[in-house]
Amino acid sequence: MLTTDRQDERLQSREGLRGAITDVVERARGGDLGVIPVVVGLIVIWTVLQILNPVFLSSANLVNLTLESAAVGVIALGIVCVLLVGEIDLSVGSVSGLSAAVLAVLFVGQDLPVWLAIAASVVMGAVIGWVYAQLYNRFGVPSFVITLAGLLAFLGLQLYVLGTKGSINLPFDSGLVAFAQLDFVPAWLSYTFAVLAAGGLFLTGYVHARERRRAGLSAKGVPVLALRSAALLVVLLFVVWYLGQTRGVGWMFVFFVALVLIMHYFLSRTKWGRSVYAVGGNVEAARRAGINVKAVYTSVFVLCSTFAAVGGILAAARLAAANQSSGAGDVNLNAIAAAVIGGTSLFGGRGTAFGALLGIIVIQSISSGLTLLNLDSSIRFVVTGVVLLLAVVVDSVARKSRTSHGRA
Amino acid sequence: MSSIRQADSQQADAPRAESVLSLRGIRKTFGAVAALTDVDLDVAAGQVVAVVGDNGAGKSTLVKILSGVHPPDSGTITFESREVHIPTPAAAHKLGIATVFQDLALCENLNVIQNLFLGQEVRPLRLNDVAMETRSWELLRQLSAKIPSVRVPVASLSGGQRQTVAIARSLLGDPKVIILDEPTAALGVAQTAEVLNLVERLRENGLGVIMISHNMADVKAVADTVAVLRLGRNNGVFDVADVSTEDIIAAITGATDNVVSQRQARSKEGLSS
Repeated sequence: MLTTDRQDERLQSREGLRGAITDVVERARGGDLGVIPVVVGLIVIWTVLQILNPVFLSSANLVNLTLESAAVGVIALGIVCVLLVGEIDLSVGSVSGLSAAVLAVLFVGQDLPVWLAIAASVVMGAVIGWVYAQLYNRFGVPSFVITLAGLLAFLGLQLYVLGTKGSINLPFDSGLVAFAQLDFVPAWLSYTFAVLAAGGLFLTGYVHARERRRAGLSAKGVPVLALRSAALLVVLLFVVWYLGQTRGVGWMFVFFVALVLIMHYFLSRTKWGRSVYAVGGNVEAARRAGINVKAVYTSVFVLCSTFAAVGGILAAARLAAANQSSGAGDVNLNAIAAAVIGGTSLFGGRGTAFGALLGIIVIQSISSGLTLLNLDSSIRFVVTGVVLLLAVVVDSVARKSRTSHGRA
Repeated sequence: MSSIRQADSQQADAPRAESVLSLRGIRKTFGAVAALTDVDLDVAAGQVVAVVGDNGAGKSTLVKILSGVHPPDSGTITFESREVHIPTPAAAHKLGIATVFQDLALCENLNVIQNLFLGQEVRPLRLNDVAMETRSWELLRQLSAKIPSVRVPVASLSGGQRQTVAIARSLLGDPKVIILDEPTAALGVAQTAEVLNLVERLRENGLGVIMISHNMADVKAVADTVAVLRLGRNNGVFDVADVSTEDIIAAITGATDNVVSQRQARSKEGLSS
């Protein structure tokens, strides 16, 4: 008895485990690489850096790496959203810096409660995104130019807000700094999270498969689902155990991962997510399908700037200070590079929230590894630039391959 | 030619009873250019009306008026015996007039299900993929579509398959009238045949179909009646069964307006009567 979606005789039937594996291999050959390039890249980078400096893969360094990646990772998450609709935000660095400055001034300078300072910074980020969206929707100015103007303007505003002192320290006894530097998930809770994640993956997969089977559609079998969840469980348990050798998993990193999961849900399981991909794929088609295209643009610009502001707060908390160089330097480029390295296409309509997570780990590994080697930041910039270029080349080549394999 | 005009003007006073969609005296000008002048058109349920005409004859303008892109300057649109206004594409959709534009407007990065349900997803906050996939298969089966899998991106489909997806999408809202703008323009022989089968399937399902086309062979193959537009005016409505391709082409190009063909028409009339 064939299921509804498997009746065409041209479909090669791929059942069970072996079929699932064949599918993955075939898809990769067709240029639908998914996370393969970034995982391969990560393995290469880690191997090389480990050979150059044996401290690199130590538990202590990896714990540090996770904490360092959270701030820029959150910003990259916003970049993924704007890239999905085929636009770009070049001002995320400045916005994050401004957000850090506003936080510090309100929290330390004005003695406001920390939650109010955080809320103000986040709202400010949202307003900036809204302004970008208005400029984009009303005047049709390319986002690249709007945000380039924003890059400079908000850098200026950040310097103005910080005033002549140019640097404000956040008190160490505040919860915010503790959250970014000292708070780690207890071991038992980390293991619980790992088990919950794997269990959740299996359960959602199982329920979905049962629903599909009831509707007469083909579905993944229990062995495939179980294997997938078991693999995730093993990886997560190992990560938790290894990081637990020293300080463990930081709450800030958990916060970042939670944001990634939430964004993943919204992008893949809601109508809004569909319209984001649709606008990135073909704006005119989206408009004719009745999607409010302007609202979609507004939502992604607001999200991106908001995430930039949140990233700025995390960075300030991590550093326990906001200064003139907050959000300056390579923050902008790192965030964009992380999104692109994570498989988000610059051409729009392709990419996932997990891309931000994987991408930022690659970027942060390079940065951390080169710092361990005592290399100058000049070399770090060059290497990061080359890696970004490589990621874009992989994106373009994969795009060509997809076109020729009919998967674009 | 003139005889056809007469027959036309006699019936043009009132919309035909069985028509699901009737246009009367539609007029549309763009600046100084009169794109449509006093155009009438009738479509009945289960009828395929081909609208043909040369470039600039006003076919696209007619489609745009029916799909709510441009409102007409004057004239009436009667849909299911009610006079209606179609100010926006959404209004057309709500009435039950679906349009498949020539460029199909599909998102290549999304798969067939996602394209079919774009903008009208089931359960917006927790998408119901299962329901959408089941309904997709129903629609495609209804059209006897040859699409092996609905979970592949539209980019991997052939031109005919894309046309199928676009038509299937227009069927989602249970329309009464479906407008196909040049459905076979960019297709090969086999794919054209596939789309023509689809058009026949739509007729069997009781829909009124308006098909814009340049291709006389396609028109002869599936249409019941042919409405010819020339320079923004009606230039005859023919029954496909008793009209030759040459006559249609003559009406399109206006070759009948010369003395020779008028004489021929008169002598033909004299013979037949």
